[in-house]
Amino acid sequence: MPVITYRDALNQALREEMQRDDRVFLMGEEVAVYQGAYKVSKGLLQEFGEMRVVDTPITELGFAGVGVGAAMVGLRPIIEFMTWNFAVLALDQVLNSASKLLYMSGGQFNVPIVFRGPNGAALQLSAQHSQSFESWLAHMPGVKVLTPGTPYDAKGLLKSAIRDDNPVCFLEGEMLYNTKGEVPEEEYLIPIGKADLKREGDACSIITSGKMALVAMQAADQLAKDGIHVDVVDLRTVRPMDVEAIKTSVEKTNRAVVLEEGWEICGIGTQVVDYIQRDCFDVLDAPVIRVHQADVPMPYAKNLERAAKPDAAKTIAAIRKVMYLD
Amino acid sequence: MEALSPTMEEGRLVKWLKNEGDAVKSGDSLAEVETDKAIMELVARGDGILRKRLVGEGESRPVGQLVGVIAAADENIDSLVASAGAASAAPAKPAEQAAPQASAQPAAAPAVAPSQEKPAAPVPPPPPPATQPQQLTASAGNGGPVRSSPLARRLASERGLDLSRVQGSGPSGRIIKRDIESAMAAEVAAQPAAARAAIRPASGADFEDISLTQIRKTIAKRLSESIGPIPTFYLTAEFDVSRVMEMRAAMLELGDEFKVSVNDVLMKAVATALAQHPEVNAHWLGDRIREHHRVHLGMAVATPDGLIVPVIFDADQKRMSEISAEAKELAKRARERKLKPEEYTGSTFSISNLGMFGIDQFTAIINPPEVAILAIGTAADVAVPAGDSFKVQKRIRVTMSCDHRAVDGAVGAAFLQTLRRLIENPLMMVF
Repeated sequence: MPVITYRDALNQALREEMQRDDRVFLMGEEVAVYQGAYKVSKGLLQEFGEMRVVDTPITELGFAGVGVGAAMVGLRPIIEFMTWNFAVLALDQVLNSASKLLYMSGGQFNVPIVFRGPNGAALQLSAQHSQSFESWLAHMPGVKVLTPGTPYDAKGLLKSAIRDDNPVCFLEGEMLYNTKGEVPEEEYLIPIGKADLKREGDACSIITSGKMALVAMQAADQLAKDGIHVDVVDLRTVRPMDVEAIKTSVEKTNRAVVLEEGWEICGIGTQVVDYIQRDCFDVLDAPVIRVHQADVPMPYAKNLERAAKPDAAKTIAAIRKVMYLD
Repeated sequence: MEALSPTMEEGRLVKWLKNEGDAVKSGDSLAEVETDKAIMELVARGDGILRKRLVGEGESRPVGQLVGVIAAADENIDSLVASAGAASAAPAKPAEQAAPQASAQPAAAPAVAPSQEKPAAPVPPPPPPATQPQQLTASAGNGGPVRSSPLARRLASERGLDLSRVQGSGPSGRIIKRDIESAMAAEVAAQPAAARAAIRPASGADFEDISLTQIRKTIAKRLSESIGPIPTFYLTAEFDVSRVMEMRAAMLELGDEFKVSVNDVLMKAVATALAQHPEVNAHWLGDRIREHHRVHLGMAVATPDGLIVPVIFDADQKRMSEISAEAKELAKRARERKLKPEEYTGSTFSISNLGMFGIDQFTAIINPPEVAILAIGTAADVAVPAGDSFKVQKRIRVTMSCDHRAVDGAVGAAFLQTLRRLIENPLMMVF
C-alpha cells in the first residue's frame, strides 16, 4: 500500500471529489496560484481552472459568506481557512448562517459546505495562532466536526465531508501535513461519527482525537514496553461523538484518560467525561482524568510552549494515576 | 469453630472430649461438633495444653469463632480469652474454590488458636500480605463513610463481600478493584452471624416446642428450595415384581449369604436404567444441563433426626451384592450420624422407598440440582386379569418426580419404560 503524507491524502481527496462532481469548488486564501498556503491544493488550479479553484482576499467573514450563499443555490463549496484561528472572524457565517439555515428555512435550504483548515498549535506560532477550536464548533447544533489525525483518516473523512449535504467543519493541523501513513489506492470513504481503535489493551482507555491521537499512540507504545497495554480510541469525529466506542472501551478497562489539545474549561474532553460518567458509572474504578493544554495563552518561548502542551509523558503519568500505580 | 462441611455455617458443640488442663497433640480429637448434617470431630491443630474451653456443651458458634485455646502451660492467654468474649471476630467461610473435604484442611484458620503460632488476632483468615486484619472498617480510620469506586462496590456486592471489612488502597482509603481482588484471594468473606438455635421448651402442658436440629433446618431449607422453584411433574408406573421375587427366592435357596432386599434389586435396576438414560441422570445448573455419565445413586434414609441421602457411587458398575452391602452400611452410619460430607454429596439421581411403611405410592421431592427422583411404594398382592379369570401378582408402584426444565414427559416415560423392562425381566440386568 502506498505511504503518503497527510497533505497528499487531502490533495487526493479534493481532486477525486472535484472530478466526481463539478459542483464542488475550492475557495480561500492562496489556494489557487500559490498552490495552497500549505500546498494542500497543489496542482488543482491547473487541473480544474479558476472557476473551481478561487483565490480570495484576506476576508474570512466575506468569503465564508459567499460560500454559504453558493451552497444555498446548489453548489458544493469547500472553504479553506488558512488556520482556524483566522476563522474566528468568520464564525458568524458558520454559526448563524451555515449551521441554522436548514432549520430556519423549514428545510428549504441545505448548506452542503465544508469549512476546512489547520487547527491547534504548531511550533512557536504563539498565542494568537495556536488555538484549538473543536469544542467551540462542536457546541453548535447543525454542524459536524471532524478531526482526523492520520493520512488514512484525513482522506476518507474529507471525501465523506464533501459528500455530506450539511455543514462540516474539518480540522487539520500544520504539524500533521508532513506526517506519513498508508493510504489505499482504491477509493474509500470513512463514515462520519465513527471512532477508530488505534491501539488495543485492557489496562486503560485513552480517548482522544486529531493530532493528539499521535501523542496517545506514542504514550501507548511506551507503556507497552512495560507490559501495560492500553486502548487508544481515536474519535476522528467530535460531533457527533462515537459514544458506543467510548463505552465499549471503558467497560473493558474500567478507567479512562481523555487527551485533548485545547484548554481545560469546557474543552472537548468535558463532553467525553460526561458520556463516561453517564453511561459507564458502574464500571469505573477511578475518576476520569483529562490531559490538556495549560490554562494560558500559548507561549512563544520554546520551553514554555513545550511545558504548556500535552505530551506523551503527561499522558503516561495520567494513565498511571488512574491505574493507581504510583 | 471449623468449617467441617462445605455448607456448614455454624456448629453445635455436643461434647468435649478433653478437659481444661489436658495435654493435647496435633490431631487429637477435642470435641464432637454437630454440623448441618452429621456429628463430626473437632481436631487439635497444634500441640500444647487445652487451657480454656470457651463454649459449653450444647452451645452453638458460627464457623470462625474462637471455641478454645491451646497454649503452653505458662503462656498468657488473657487477650485471646478477652477478645473471644467481645464476640466481634469476623467469622470466615471457606472459599468457594476449596473442594468439599471432611475434617482435613479447612479453609478457615484453626478455630482453636494454638498460641505458639504468632499471636494473631482471633480474626481467623491468614492475614493477606498488604492489609491489616485489625482494621475492620475502611476509609483509613477517619471514621467517615466507606469510600469505594463504583466498580469496587459492584464487585463486592456480586461476591457477597462486606465493604467495611476491606482495606482500601486508593486515595483517602478508597476501596478499588484490586482491593476487592485481594480480599477475595485472602478469603475474607463477610458472613452475617448465624442466628442462635434453640428455643427453650415452653413450660405448660398444652404444647411443647421442639428446637430445630441442624439436620431439620437443613432439610427445611434445601427442600423449600426444591418444591418452590422447580416446575415438577409426576409419572407413576406399576411394575410386576413377581420375577424379582422369584429371583430373590432362588438366590436365598442357595444360602443366607445371597440374601438381597427388594430395594437392593430395585436400586441395581434403577442404576442400570440410568446408565442408558443420561438425560435423567443429570443436574440442572441454571444455564445448562449437566448429563452425568457416571451413576451416583442417592438413597434416602430416615434417621431419628431427619432425612439424609447417602450416595452409592458408580452404582451401575457395582454388583447387586455390593450395592446391598453398601446400602446397609451407609444406612447404619446415617442413623448413627456418622456420615462424612463426601458420603452424602455428589448424587446424580436419588431414590426413596417407603414400602416398609406400607405406603402404596407417594411423590418425592427432587433433590436439587438433580433433575429427577424416584419414589418406591410397597410391594403388594394385586389381582390381575389372566385369561377369563384373575391371578394374584406382586406389584409395586413407583412415582418419578421430574424437573420439567430439564426433563420432558416423554423422556421421563422412556426411562420408566426401560426400568420396567429391567424389573419385570431381571435377567436383562446381566445382559
